[in-house]
Formats: sequence, C-alpha cells, structure tokens
Amino acid sequence: MISIEIDKKLGDFTVSVSFEADSGVTALFGPSGSGKTSVVAMIAGLSKPDRGRIAVDGETLFDSATGIDVPAHRRRIGYVFQDGRLFPHLSVARNLDYGRWMTGLPRDEAQFRHVTELLDIAALVKRRPGALSGGERQRVALGRALLMKPRLMLLDEPMASLDARRKSEILPYFVRLRDETKLPMIYVSHDAAEVKALASRVVLLDGGRVVNSGGVELLNQ
Amino acid sequence: MLSLSPDEWTAIALSVRVATVATLFSLPLGIAVAWLLARKNFPGKALLNAVIYLPLVLPPVVTGYLLLIAFGRRGIFGEWLASVGIVLSFRWTGAALACAVMSFPLLVGAIRLSIEAVDRKLEDAASTLGANRAWTVFTVTLPLALPGIIAGAVLAFARALGEFGATITFVSNIPGETQTISAAIYTLTQVPGGDAQALKLVAIAVVIALLALILSEWFGRRAGARVHGV
Repeated sequence: MISIEIDKKLGDFTVSVSFEADSGVTALFGPSGSGKTSVVAMIAGLSKPDRGRIAVDGETLFDSATGIDVPAHRRRIGYVFQDGRLFPHLSVARNLDYGRWMTGLPRDEAQFRHVTELLDIAALVKRRPGALSGGERQRVALGRALLMKPRLMLLDEPMASLDARRKSEILPYFVRLRDETKLPMIYVSHDAAEVKALASRVVLLDGGRVVNSGGVELLNQ
Repeated sequence: MLSLSPDEWTAIALSVRVATVATLFSLPLGIAVAWLLARKNFPGKALLNAVIYLPLVLPPVVTGYLLLIAFGRRGIFGEWLASVGIVLSFRWTGAALACAVMSFPLLVGAIRLSIEAVDRKLEDAASTLGANRAWTVFTVTLPLALPGIIAGAVLAFARALGEFGATITFVSNIPGETQTISAAIYTLTQVPGGDAQALKLVAIAVVIALLALILSEWFGRRAGARVHGV
C-alpha cells in the first residue's frame, strides 16, 4: 500500500498530487509535462517535495510535518528509467549485481538465475551496456532494479525510447514481471495501449494535478 | 651515446622523483577539490577556485617566495613542520611541494571537467540502487572520470618536470638535492662552454615530456574504451 500526498513548485509549474496505490500495477497516465516523472522522482527520493507525505507499506519515507526524509539509497524502491541508465563502465553482470552489492544483501544465485531467465538476459551478462540493443538495455535495467529486492517498483516510461516493434517485444516481459513477482508497481506512461495491457488502476494526471482515478476503463472515455 | 656527468644523471633522477612525488601526493587532494568544485555549491567556492588558479597567473617567483615565507625554516608552517621533523626549505621535498602547487591548477582543471562530464542521472540511478553518496562517487563518478583523472595527472607530472621559477626561489639550486633538469640547464647556460651539455639535458627533457604525453594518450584511450566501450 502506497500513499502519496505531495506538493512541489517547479518554476511556475506546481505539482500537487495525492493518490493511493495497492499491490498490482498503478498507472500514472497523462500527457508529457503533466508532472508524472516529477511524482515518481519524489517517491524515489531523488527530488524533495515542498510539503506533504509519502508512505510505503506503513513506513513513512517523507513527511514535511515531522521532518522525515529517508534518503533515496535507503528507500529500497526499484526505479527503471526511460533511458535505462545502465552503468557504461560495468558489464551487464556487474550492473545486475550493483544493487545487491550496495545494499549489502547476500549473493542469491537462485534469484539471479530466476530474474535473468524471466527477462531472457542470461546470455547477455558478459557484455557491456554499449553492446546492447535498446530493448535489451531496458530488460537489463529492469533486472537490475528487481535484484535489489525492492518493495516497490517505479517504471518511468520504460518503453518510450523504443520503436513499436521493440515495444511489442518487451511488453510481455512486463506482464510476466507483474504476474510472477506480485511487486507493487507504479507505471508512468502516456500510451493508453500499454497501460491497458499492464495496469489494474489508473491515476490520470494533467497540469500537475490528479484529474481522475479508477480502473483502466477510464482510458476508454 | 650521451655522455652525462654524474651530476646530470642526478639532476634527471631528481626531476623524475620530484615530479612523481608531487603528482602522487597532490592527486587525492586534486580529486577531492575537483569533485567539490564540480558537484557542490558552498560559500567561498569562487574564492577557493581563484586560490587554486593563482599559481597559474602569478609570476612563479612570487609563488616560490610565498612558499618560502610559509614553509621556510622560520615560516608560519615551516617552523611547526620542522618541529615534527619535516624540513622543506632547500630540500628535494620542498621542490616537490613547489611543483605540486604549480601544477595543481592543471590537475584540478582536467579532473573537474571530466567529473562535470559524468551524467548525474547515472549517480541518481546508483542512489536508487542503494549506493550512498561516497559509494556513488567511488563506484560511478570516479571510474567514469578516469580518463580525465589520468590526463590531469600526466599534465601535472609534465608541468612539475619543467617547473623552474618557484622551485629555484623556494629551495634554491643545490646539486644533488634540489637541482632538477631545469635548474641544471639554467646553471649550464650561465657558464662558458656549457651549451653542449645544456643541449643534451634539453633533449632529455623533451624526450621525457614526449614519453609522458604519449603514455597519457595511450592510458586515456584505454580508460576511455573501458568506460564507454562495448
């Protein structure tokens, strides 16, 4: 259970958003510039709200009233960026292992195998990120976030940089991820088809505000 | 083959030792300062930046004289350092300090540029994966800045190798102790018939500098390939 109620002024644009998300995939849906990425960046701790509260599974990560602000590296929130952001100087294997290494978790070969098989990236582990296609890169980024054993996944338009064919190649991996891991996920997108295929709940954003929320049928209107 | 006197061999060895020690000791501080200037905003940042670049614009003799005032036997720091057994004035260690100060702007400049070129989004990604600030610096920022760090170190080494004005002012020109290649060349040009010997040392200085530049190019390219390679 994720509960968010935050305000932040960014220049002359104000993000003022409040919503709750359960397990399953919640889509943050809206046109570009509607504040979607700002919201997930605040959930991850990469950007600080001016005011409000962010709680995940009952733990407060940010609360302006009590001065709580858990730093990003202690939030255990997986983040898949639109542009992948794999570390170019590390092999795919080291990229995948990075979160485990940094969080001091013990090596878990079974989980490593499970995740690399789930995402079909086992054959890529010896390569460098520069030698991967766009779709492969995003699958590795997804695996890297999963392997740090997050309690919540933030997927920020993870398919936006891919062409239509690559999108249809990678979409099934997101579906598998959703069905097999049962991790709560917040999926940012402005693509209705993507959201309908993945999400169970939709939060509609526009101009930095929540304009509606409910089931995916909202997107049919 | 080159026929060099023992004094000249000593000058060459001393130059290499002084430049190496100057570079190695200033590197950690140079990286720290470059990171601060590239990634942090703090009061006095402009002043720190100006102070670091000062040796580049001051006459070297002024820098050397300031070092003498500060680190000479009766200097502000010199007296204290001497009481714990570290004497810098008229010693090769003082020459290393002078070289380190003179080459510091080049070192910091090159490293700062390479740190600024590291995509901060990658640092954000590292923090979401559980890396705190220090780990992010050591596992992401610095490895990605490595080509620039190497380039900066070689540039500083080459600059230290050629340092003359600040060194001779601070630690004088003592054969076997503070007489580097530059100082030896200077001495030879001051005596009748010293030109031939001076030219030999000039050739050696050119060769060492060229080797340093070629090595830096090679290391830089290797590091670049490692960092951004496929």
